[in-house]
Amino acid sequence: MGLKLQQSHHHHHHHSVVAVKVNEQMGTKRGYTFIQSNRAWLPKFLLLWVMVMAFLSTWIYKKMDADNKVRRKEVLSSMCDERARMLQDQFSVSVNHVHALAILISTFHYYKNPSAIDQETFAEYTARTAFERPLLSGVAYAERVVHSEREEFERQHGWTIKTMQREPSPVRDEYAPVILSQETVSYIESLDMMSGEEDRENILRARATGKAVLTSPFRLLGSHHLGVVLTFPVYKPKLPTRPTLEERIEATAGYLGGAFDVESLVENLLGQLAGNQAILVHVYDITNSSDHLIMYGHQDQDGDLALLYESKLDFGDPFRKHTMICRYHQKAPTSWTALTTAFLFFVICLLVGYILYGAAIHIVKVEDDFHEMQELKVRAEAADVAKSQFLATVSHEIRTPMNGILGMLALLLDTDLSSTQRDYAQTAQVCGKALITLINEVLDRAKIEAGKLEMETVPFDLRSILDDVLSLFSEKSRNKGVELAVFVSDKVPDMVMGDPGRFRQIVTNLVGNSVKFTERGHVIVKVHLAENTKPVDDAIAKNCLNGGSDDSVPLSGARQFKTLTGYEAADERNSWDSFKHLVSNEESPYDASINMTVAGETSQSVTLVVSVEDTGIGIPLIAQDRIFMPFMQADSSTSRNYGGTGIGLSITKCLVELMGGHISFVSRPQDGSTFSFTADFGRCKKASFSDTKKPNTEDLPSSFRLLKAMVVDGKPVRAAVTLYHLKRLGILAEVASSVKGAVSACGKNGSSCGSKIQPDIILVEKDSWLSGADGGLSLRMLDWKQNGHVFKFPKMILLATNITNAELEKAKAAGFADTIIMKPMRASMVAACLQQVLGIRKKRQAGKDTQNGSLRSLFVGKKILVVDDNMVNRRVAAGALKKFGAAVECAESGKAALKLLQIPHSYDACFMDIQMPEMDGFEATHRIRMMESQANELTNGDGTDEGLARKGEWHVPILAMTADVIHATYEKCLECGMDGYVSKPFEEENLYQEVAKFFQVKPISDS
Amino acid sequence: MDVVNQMQRQFVDYSTSLHREGILDDQFTQLQKLQDENSPDFVVEVASLFFEDCEKLINNMARALEQQGVDFKQVDASVHQLKGSSSSIGAVQVKNVCIAFRSFCEAQNREGCLRCLQQVTHEYSLLKNKLQTLFRLEQQILAAGGSIPVIE
Repeated sequence: MGLKLQQSHHHHHHHSVVAVKVNEQMGTKRGYTFIQSNRAWLPKFLLLWVMVMAFLSTWIYKKMDADNKVRRKEVLSSMCDERARMLQDQFSVSVNHVHALAILISTFHYYKNPSAIDQETFAEYTARTAFERPLLSGVAYAERVVHSEREEFERQHGWTIKTMQREPSPVRDEYAPVILSQETVSYIESLDMMSGEEDRENILRARATGKAVLTSPFRLLGSHHLGVVLTFPVYKPKLPTRPTLEERIEATAGYLGGAFDVESLVENLLGQLAGNQAILVHVYDITNSSDHLIMYGHQDQDGDLALLYESKLDFGDPFRKHTMICRYHQKAPTSWTALTTAFLFFVICLLVGYILYGAAIHIVKVEDDFHEMQELKVRAEAADVAKSQFLATVSHEIRTPMNGILGMLALLLDTDLSSTQRDYAQTAQVCGKALITLINEVLDRAKIEAGKLEMETVPFDLRSILDDVLSLFSEKSRNKGVELAVFVSDKVPDMVMGDPGRFRQIVTNLVGNSVKFTERGHVIVKVHLAENTKPVDDAIAKNCLNGGSDDSVPLSGARQFKTLTGYEAADERNSWDSFKHLVSNEESPYDASINMTVAGETSQSVTLVVSVEDTGIGIPLIAQDRIFMPFMQADSSTSRNYGGTGIGLSITKCLVELMGGHISFVSRPQDGSTFSFTADFGRCKKASFSDTKKPNTEDLPSSFRLLKAMVVDGKPVRAAVTLYHLKRLGILAEVASSVKGAVSACGKNGSSCGSKIQPDIILVEKDSWLSGADGGLSLRMLDWKQNGHVFKFPKMILLATNITNAELEKAKAAGFADTIIMKPMRASMVAACLQQVLGIRKKRQAGKDTQNGSLRSLFVGKKILVVDDNMVNRRVAAGALKKFGAAVECAESGKAALKLLQIPHSYDACFMDIQMPEMDGFEATHRIRMMESQANELTNGDGTDEGLARKGEWHVPILAMTADVIHATYEKCLECGMDGYVSKPFEEENLYQEVAKFFQVKPISDS
Repeated sequence: MDVVNQMQRQFVDYSTSLHREGILDDQFTQLQKLQDENSPDFVVEVASLFFEDCEKLINNMARALEQQGVDFKQVDASVHQLKGSSSSIGAVQVKNVCIAFRSFCEAQNREGCLRCLQQVTHEYSLLKNKLQTLFRLEQQILAAGGSIPVIE
């Protein structure tokens, strides 16, 4: 129940996760913002904005302009009113003076009897008081004369009344002849004022009202200025206080008049005021409202017609109406402030609008890009998934034909083959296996990139791996004539703990590169302990400092270097001078080295230095710093000439770093490169690898132990390599630098039978043999000579990288064995050749039985359950396992297996198919493991006594049977609690490898 | 003895021709190697299991493909089974057709499936004939008192 609950909870959780994911997806799909969804409207928005802003700025302009105008109008009105008021004041002052004159006349001319004023007095008085009436060009007094009195009047004055036209006046009811006049207007004396139509009207109006009366403006006779005539009635003193119209007319004595020079008046006035220049003033007589008569102002001066101000003028004559109109002289100046303000406002808004528009466009673009990227990302992820699927499929499909190839090769190897043929076939088999490994490596590369690579820690034999790597490239290097060699220091333990696959991958990569770029000379792989190389490095450094690096003495014109083949290598540390240090270090005092190993074994790990030296084209200096970058090759021509992607070294670097080491290189163009890396490996407990024999250790035959050999080679490094391989086979060997040396050594031995070893085999390097041509002869001689003696003459074997048929014939003639050891040397290959030469034949079946036998040893007496829904598969698997001595039972489904695998387990192991209907292998294993862990808890919980005995470990080994070889499946197997997986149909090696993990090898008595 | 020799030679020729024609592969040889005194009829037994299985699966597939809405999962399961059996027995041709068959199943391509079914049937009957001939030869050799030659 609890389990169910948990499961349902789990389900729920899962659902919620899914829901969240769906939400996220929806979110990304709905991720369009407002801007994005209205993108088509953006230009229209911009246009709208610009229009609104244009409107707004126009409005601002108008408002400011209107304010200006109001202010201007106010100024105008105040100025105008001021002028009007002053004009009115001045005028009334003048009128008052005339009034005073009128009173003077009334007083002194009529009240006094006889009159105190005559023309002379009046002229004198008016002239002297003229300053008080500056605007009046002159004053005159006309007496009222009725027709009946005319004669008397004319007689009294001595002249006749004349009209304005200076003709004797015709008969009228009344006359108004001028009797007193200021001197300035004396010309109007005796003229009848009532003869002019307008004057007459004025006079009549004046005497009726008793007030000053004005004429309409007219051009004055003297100055031709515009002016008006002011008329004042003079009454006789007996006028009643409230006179009627008739009484006024009756009491009228005469009329005082003066001509007003309005133009001068206004001119004077304006001159006194500030701002005279700014405004234009017109004064009109508007008594007749339809016809305004101008009193002041130039008609042609138009000024600013748009704005005018009218002020009323009251000159004291109620009949006449006057007005003053003011204008500005100039039109209203354009308001630059308003204009600038509005314009700036518009510009700013335009810019803001444009910025917003630009931002929106940018947002749209960025969002578009974002969506595009998202889509691309989804596509890339899909492509990645497709890639993984593709890799999985391809690896699966490649396996099928590869099985055929490998199977056939295995068959071929079981037949009777010559050593060369066997070597070829073995090489082919190794290469085929490497191909399958490669598929997994391709997957690993993806894993490195994802940072998910994990290192294995299993014991492995480093030497055999190096041999394998060399064999991969043997064909290629042989064709190129490049010598390929490997040397592993004796200090390096036989078995180390680490990841053999990765180690192989690194070395393969480096050697592959070296072989690819080397056309002559050699490629050598060397492995030392890190602590050993150090003093040597120091020694070399000292050498270099002392200028001793030039110790490679030129030999007969051509520079010879003490490297493997005599070609110069980039890193001097690998030349013989340092190499012999290492070798001698190892060989010298045995006790010391044993001590060292003992000391070394106390530490858990061992650091190895692996260097791969070649004499190839080297790396150009400019490319050296980016050589470890992925996809970077020295230059573009590299991939054209040599192919490859350039990813190899970057992967190598990653792997080395994962192994806790670092990689470096020394390279000189044309001389070659030396890559070296360090790697940390765990030490193997002796006990652990002695019983768990690693399957990828090839068992070297022990039949050569205590054989003695002589190596003839002029090149010490090469000789050391040969010695290394012989040593691995247990052969004691010595080096002679030339054939002669060897012969002499043998000869000495033969005669004295003394201290030195007597070689059973002489291995002669082809170069040394050819260089000492006579040496061959002397060997022959020796052969003959020794025939008479008791001991057997040693077998002679030629070592060569490549050999022509002619050379082969010559070699045979010189007494060499038919079999030639072809470089690169590998211990197993050397062993095979020696077997052939020495006639130590392995039993043919022996090889086949090792595996079969070892499998038998694993399976014999074991009870095994095979679970597979496929009847045929089941039968075949059962048959195979029975063949190896196991007792087999079968189950046809996961459920049936569950029933059989109850605790206590009666089976030693279970082989489980993964793909089964109803309950697949993963599920079944999962359940079995759960059941086991429950049982384990129980036993651990209650029985302490029993718990000690078998520490609660119910664990039946379960192996998956699958046709997939990809790692992903493997990981899933482990996740479900499986112990490993085997290929289906069974492959013996693979089966052994997997089963050996948990079955103890039992010695088989009947093999 | 000549007759036995001749029959043995015939047997070897025949089985190598089967390998050469690519009808059988190494796995079949492995099966033959598994046969020993303890299980004398191992190969025949496995083969007859295989035939049985094949016929059943082929019938299943044919039936499933005839139906209106084809259940490709079911067909795929059968093909998977057949692939497993054929690779166990070393019937390369049948297995290869199965690989193609599965890809058609995944693509839910009925036409392709039917074509593959036909091919599988064809390959299967061919294989059955050949194997039966081989077994007959074997029995004849045994009847004549000879031993079955080991083919490497």
